[in-house]
Amino acid sequence: MQTYTLSVSPDFSPEHLSGWFIFNTWLQKSLATPFHLELYDEFELQRRDIQLDKIDLIYANPYDAAMLVREKGFKAVARPANTSDEAVIAVLNGSAYLNIDDLKEGAKVATTHDPDVHMMGMIMLEPADLDRSNVIVTPVHSYVIVAKQLLKGEADIGFFLKDAFHDLSDLIRGQMRVLVESQIDVIHHTLLAGPNVQHLIPQLLGNLLNMQDDAKGKAVLESMQMTGWLKMEQEDTEFMIDLIDTLIE
Amino acid sequence: MFITYHDGSSREITIIDQEVPYPDGKLIVSRTDTAGVITHANQAFIEMSGYSLDELIGINHNILRHPDMPAAAFKDLWVTIQSGKKWHGYVKNLRKDGAFYWVKATVIPNIRNGELMGYTSVRRKPSRSKVDACTALYAQMKMDMPS
Repeated sequence: MQTYTLSVSPDFSPEHLSGWFIFNTWLQKSLATPFHLELYDEFELQRRDIQLDKIDLIYANPYDAAMLVREKGFKAVARPANTSDEAVIAVLNGSAYLNIDDLKEGAKVATTHDPDVHMMGMIMLEPADLDRSNVIVTPVHSYVIVAKQLLKGEADIGFFLKDAFHDLSDLIRGQMRVLVESQIDVIHHTLLAGPNVQHLIPQLLGNLLNMQDDAKGKAVLESMQMTGWLKMEQEDTEFMIDLIDTLIE
Repeated sequence: MFITYHDGSSREITIIDQEVPYPDGKLIVSRTDTAGVITHANQAFIEMSGYSLDELIGINHNILRHPDMPAAAFKDLWVTIQSGKKWHGYVKNLRKDGAFYWVKATVIPNIRNGELMGYTSVRRKPSRSKVDACTALYAQMKMDMPS
């Protein structure tokens, strides 16, 4: 029997990722189909394998979802209930910056390669007349490194996925404060099925929607820090992609 | 005062010279059909416009049009999006209570299976320098070409 590949957008902390191993076990049992969970440290490596058609099922960030649906023929299956992707711009507790308007040209920005969080962070700088032409952006591989850049004084501000910011240890997070937080509400990660596994969508969707009603499924959801799944209609996906398009300059 | 729209219709509006600051981090999102009639509005739209969701759905998006906005700006918007392209601009919007708020707006056509189904509009917080520049520019445009 063919083994398919499941992957997850590389923007989650190790605590979140451990839940995906548990999900992968649940997935294989519920579909009676072998899946291999392939995790990536870097967005670029994952995108390379997407282009090589090596990924069949993916929990994608909103930015990559647009590419997967429009260019690679993926279909949206479901999204997590009661959550959306939000970005945080943080500074050190002792920073002189009290709001976005205090930031000046030449500000040093620590960010990750997480495309939607970076985009949301840059949008939140616009009211201070800041853009990529007049700030110094340093992309790093994880939110922990973004925090370290702030703590070492190598960055003035840091962009974080809100969930990742709150996943930081108390010791690290306690040395920072939130300058501004997005309240977009309508952008979220999505579970997408590639052309090779779209025949499994009806069974997969049914199983996902019933997870919260089953003790084992509920435990899996808790390990992923989720409360349940919601069905993604095709138009929901198209709407989110349109919305991302409006935000890309 | 009365405001007249491009289709010749008009309505009486209240104008108060008071700006409501755009909140940090929020996006106003709405969708319309091809004629500009609102089909979807998010919570930020409701809060900033001062209208309820019931009042917004089914009404033309030009209910937000402030009389200080030059007609040429909206003409440019419609020409751009009807040609299938994305439009960016700074817009002074009219609230239900007569106050106003400035936005940086982006509008894109919603294409489904090659067919135009409507438009999505996303508004975000503009910089004060851009608002000041547009305030002067739009006043000049209104003087040069009164609508």
